[in-house]
Amino acid sequence: MSGAEANKKAGHKGPRGSVVINTERCKGCELCVPACPPGVLRMSSRRNASGYLLPELIEGCTGCSACLMVCPDFCFEVYQLEDAPDGSTPANIRKEAAQ
Amino acid sequence: MSAAESPPNQRRLMEGSEAIAEAAIAAGCRFFSGYPMTPFTEVLECFAKRLPDEGGHCINSESEIEAIGQAWGAAATGARAATGSTGQGLSLMQESMSEITRAEIPIVIFNMARGQGDYFQATRGGGHGDYRHIVLAPESVGEATELTQLAFHLADQWRHPVVIYGDYLIAHTAEAVQIEKINFGPLPDKDWAVDGSLGGTGRSRNVNPIGMEKGSKGIDPNKFWQKLSDKEDRIQEAEQRFEVEQAEDAELLIVAFGTLARFARAAIRDLRADGLKVGLFRPISLWPFPAQALRDAASGCKRVAVLEQNAGQMIDDVQLSLLGSVPVVAIGGISTDAAGFGIGALLDSDRIAARARDAYAGKPVPRGVVS
Amino acid sequence: MSNDYDPLRVIPTDAPPTVACRKKGSFEPALTLMGEHDLCPGCGEPLALRQILDSIEALGHAQDAIGVIGIGCYTALTSLMDIDLIQALHGRAPSVATGAKRMRPDNLIFTLQGDGDMVNEGLQEVIHTAARGENVTCILLNNGVFGETGGHMTSTTVLGQRTKNSIEGRDAKQHGYPILIGDLLAGLQGTAYCARASVHDAKGVARTRRFLDRAFTSQEKGQGFSFVEILTMCPTGWFIPTAEGPNYLDEELGAIHEVGELKKDGVLIDRNA
Repeated sequence: MSGAEANKKAGHKGPRGSVVINTERCKGCELCVPACPPGVLRMSSRRNASGYLLPELIEGCTGCSACLMVCPDFCFEVYQLEDAPDGSTPANIRKEAAQ
Repeated sequence: MSAAESPPNQRRLMEGSEAIAEAAIAAGCRFFSGYPMTPFTEVLECFAKRLPDEGGHCINSESEIEAIGQAWGAAATGARAATGSTGQGLSLMQESMSEITRAEIPIVIFNMARGQGDYFQATRGGGHGDYRHIVLAPESVGEATELTQLAFHLADQWRHPVVIYGDYLIAHTAEAVQIEKINFGPLPDKDWAVDGSLGGTGRSRNVNPIGMEKGSKGIDPNKFWQKLSDKEDRIQEAEQRFEVEQAEDAELLIVAFGTLARFARAAIRDLRADGLKVGLFRPISLWPFPAQALRDAASGCKRVAVLEQNAGQMIDDVQLSLLGSVPVVAIGGISTDAAGFGIGALLDSDRIAARARDAYAGKPVPRGVVS
Repeated sequence: MSNDYDPLRVIPTDAPPTVACRKKGSFEPALTLMGEHDLCPGCGEPLALRQILDSIEALGHAQDAIGVIGIGCYTALTSLMDIDLIQALHGRAPSVATGAKRMRPDNLIFTLQGDGDMVNEGLQEVIHTAARGENVTCILLNNGVFGETGGHMTSTTVLGQRTKNSIEGRDAKQHGYPILIGDLLAGLQGTAYCARASVHDAKGVARTRRFLDRAFTSQEKGQGFSFVEILTMCPTGWFIPTAEGPNYLDEELGAIHEVGELKKDGVLIDRNA
């Protein structure tokens, strides 16, 4: 099962972490994709100004920092989300995010 | 009585190797590295014995390349550091010596040479690239101690390697010397040297020979090389050293460097006693070569005779200095001993006088091996 | 806003989360002036560099670390490093580090060298520095090739590995055998700490960091020579697709240059135990 599915099975209502990706510096090496333990990084079809294919993040990030550790171009900033007062974790981590 | 036991600053009989080490220590040298090779070995022995007493380090390097590398590291952290060898060992060191020059690291390097065949190596930038080293050639143990101290000062002042061109005679002759620390004047702080302290400040240093700059991906080699070239132009103006004797009325001017010049001086005494007007020009800095001073000394002479223990090396600089204004003839030649240490037949003032006489009279002087 | 979990919904990653969160990791490593460099996509060397700089800062050595850098692709990374550095020649960093450490014994002094640099040109220097028990840390970035010249055979290239001057694959009869430098140095009495790590995945990177911490701590304690060999990816020099780098590293180089600690506190570790 994927990491996202495992998270769900463990009872997490949403993501525990997230990343910011510096897409301009990314060289499309794809090392982050297999390195991500919950498997929530995948290559998109978008390219940056240098022409490199970019990764994208889907639901299920745990904030483990594996991507940050394996990225040769230092493109990842990693966040861990604080639990809400009622113990749940937020489903939408960026309030302004569009569907 | 060893140097450590005798009262400081006392005049003592010392072998050149020991005197050079003591002079370096007096100048504040606290790091030495070297590999044994005749006639340099005793210099290493003396440093090995004395530096620990002075809180310094002497490393018995496993090769000459490691010797220059170790001195490089010590000097890059701001210490007064030196290394040395004889000509063959300096050949091994040349890549590093060339790069150290571009990294602008002050370092003193002793060539206790086997004769005078290393003149080209010393004065033409013996390694790859476009550079020269300051080269000082003492003629005696006493002068070697003064020039050794001067070398450390010039190295720091210009942030440039300085080579001391010594030889077997200086290394293995004992003379009475008094070694006192010479004050050559103030020097700027070594804020270029690395001590780790600027880590994390955004101003950390990279002592490097390729023009790398922090925070910038590119290098500008042209700008980098030009800076070195401009510095060498300034050194050339400021650091020429020489000695002239009896040149005012001379018809023949002998040009000689190092210990050979003392034999020339003895020959000139005999020639003058016979009424021959002979003078001596002794370059003390082999680079920068004192070209103008030589031109001045040679003007009015009928002939300039170059006396050197090799197939003809310094004669190129003499020719370049004079540019045909005075005829130049070689009166030296190949001259060494069976072991190749440079103690050859030319080290004889009678032989030198005979050759000078021929040059004076315009007679051809034999080339090739001096016998 | 649904609370349902949609595994295929793309999460925007152009800005930090706006809900309560804490930053766990920054873009750039500690002690870095900028994050931009021109090394190849998928190069393992910056991964090693990150752990080195983070370790130096975490252990409190930001203001006393001096790096002595060899010549290779990683030389370009010196522009990024905000610590005091001495640039050495190909193979010559161990002797420069020796001289520096003798005059500044309280500084944390390390070398950073590639396999072509350390094991080809500079084999003598690292062996003698280790044998003397110099209290420095030598760090090897081992990718089994001369990367900067375009992918040529070094002393650590494994049998069968194709490079520009072993195009049919390294052959023992023609080219001899690779040198397992970590094993060689572990056997010298002056070596106090010796380990080999690999940055092919996050676990390997974490192990790299542990070994670096231990090596630097060994230097702090004045134990003698410490050595960390870090296997890194070089898809360019290996002539393989970038994404295959980590597997190639683990399966080809890692099979010969085995990961693990070889010596600790001056005592050899029995890796078969």
